[in-house]
Amino acid sequence: MTQAGDSSAVSDGSAQAILAVRRLSKSYRTTLAVDNISFAVDPHEILGLLGPNGAGKTTTINMILGVLEPTSGSITIDGFDLARHRRQALGRTNFAAVYAPLPGNLTVAQNLRIFGMLYAVPGLRDRMEVVLTEFRLQRFRDTKCGVLSSGEQTRVALAKAMLNQPRLLLLDEPTASLDPATAREIRAEIREFSARTDVGVLWTSHNMMEVTDVCHRVLFLSHGKILLEGDPRRLPAVHGRETLEDLFVAVAREPLSIRPAEEEL
Amino acid sequence: MPVFLRRTAALLLRQFYLLRGSPARFVPLFAWVAIDIVLWGFITRYLNAVSGARFNFVPAMLGAVLLWDFMARVMQGVTTAFLEDVWSRNFLNLFASPLSVSEYLGGLILSSIATSSVGLVVMVVLATAIFGLSFLVYGALLAAFVLVLFVFGISLGIFGTALVLRFGPAAEWFIWPIPAFISPLACVFYPLATLPRWMQALARLIPPSYVFEGMRGILMGHRVAGTALAIGAALAVVYLLLMARAFTAVYRHAVKTGLIARYSAETVS
Repeated sequence: MTQAGDSSAVSDGSAQAILAVRRLSKSYRTTLAVDNISFAVDPHEILGLLGPNGAGKTTTINMILGVLEPTSGSITIDGFDLARHRRQALGRTNFAAVYAPLPGNLTVAQNLRIFGMLYAVPGLRDRMEVVLTEFRLQRFRDTKCGVLSSGEQTRVALAKAMLNQPRLLLLDEPTASLDPATAREIRAEIREFSARTDVGVLWTSHNMMEVTDVCHRVLFLSHGKILLEGDPRRLPAVHGRETLEDLFVAVAREPLSIRPAEEEL
Repeated sequence: MPVFLRRTAALLLRQFYLLRGSPARFVPLFAWVAIDIVLWGFITRYLNAVSGARFNFVPAMLGAVLLWDFMARVMQGVTTAFLEDVWSRNFLNLFASPLSVSEYLGGLILSSIATSSVGLVVMVVLATAIFGLSFLVYGALLAAFVLVLFVFGISLGIFGTALVLRFGPAAEWFIWPIPAFISPLACVFYPLATLPRWMQALARLIPPSYVFEGMRGILMGHRVAGTALAIGAALAVVYLLLMARAFTAVYRHAVKTGLIARYSAETVS
């Protein structure tokens, strides 16, 4: 298990990393939303980004997606610096988030075609069929996304996220609106996708059982800093907690009671 | 197809899908301008009757209304395509993709060309078939008039989108009155000399004023000063470049402050 807390303690940009975040900070006037964090996501790895509301998870994801400019630090995706090679970096990235549904006034197929063109997906027609099949969306092909259930919309968002076969996949609470059976299937698909391809996945969730099930490694964010890092199956015991959820609650309520990673090293 | 064209075409395709499946979007492309042409067609007929046919108001006023409406449709073509992304909260999906600002603006302009062409065709058919408007009277300069108005309409459209991007979805209401706001200075219906001096100075900064002065000059049998029209064209290009730059600056500000990611909040402060 690796322990991390400050930028120097976390592997940050090894040659093979899909995502390398180095000394990343974001401040809004007097508020420091993300405070000098560094981490990396390797191929085949699913990294969980955990933390209470307002910890800086979505801010971090928005910076990696290029829709929020960092105050300082750098982001490298598959070897491309996001600030200098935005197009190449984002062409190798995709995401799904509950707060970013695809336009509801277009059908599933229309949305996939348009985003496939935006991501310059080669052989788009065939690729669309693959993701429609993978996410069991064939019968909704000509249905407008706005009339789908929230679970079906999540599957459409995931299909769009897989469309360009990204090297980096960002999933912000991807199963939040899914029933347990569908959520389990989606988790299995993402795990299988991660094992089969050399994708790196950054996953946020408030479901600690899911995180334990899916993630190879987790980062706990609190007040914009990485407080803990490690294997979600072993981390609770290291910090004297029974489950990951107990550890999460402790981080959320009493972050000072958690020994920061740099002190442990 | 080159990648940048493919991305730009994606936005045009999106607009096509929306128009194809929605009469509420398609009908306004031609309905209001058609009503305008019919209204002004009868007004010009009446003016011809009461003036004793000493002056033909059809090409002077109906032609001017047609071209002014065309410019407004070009502007609205840009802003409506942009507003589709506002209404469907699509900015995060779009701008987290490899789409660049210039490709995005290119897509808006392509959409505008497609939608404003529908209105233009309907206006031309009505004006010529019902009211006998002939574009032959304007000669080859008609192409220059249309081009200047098109470029200026695109500039206004980009200006409107920059306003909404900067101030949030509610700023949509700034967009619609833009043509009405500048119309007194555009000299659509009256010569520039009608205006007081200070307004004349302002009107000379507005490219359409050169177009409509030129149109009236042709109808009066005057020689159209090529220099004046060239100034109008140059101004239109300058406005286009300035507005594209303004949009880019507003976009960068939105990325810096996080407004793109939280657009519906209208402000991040």
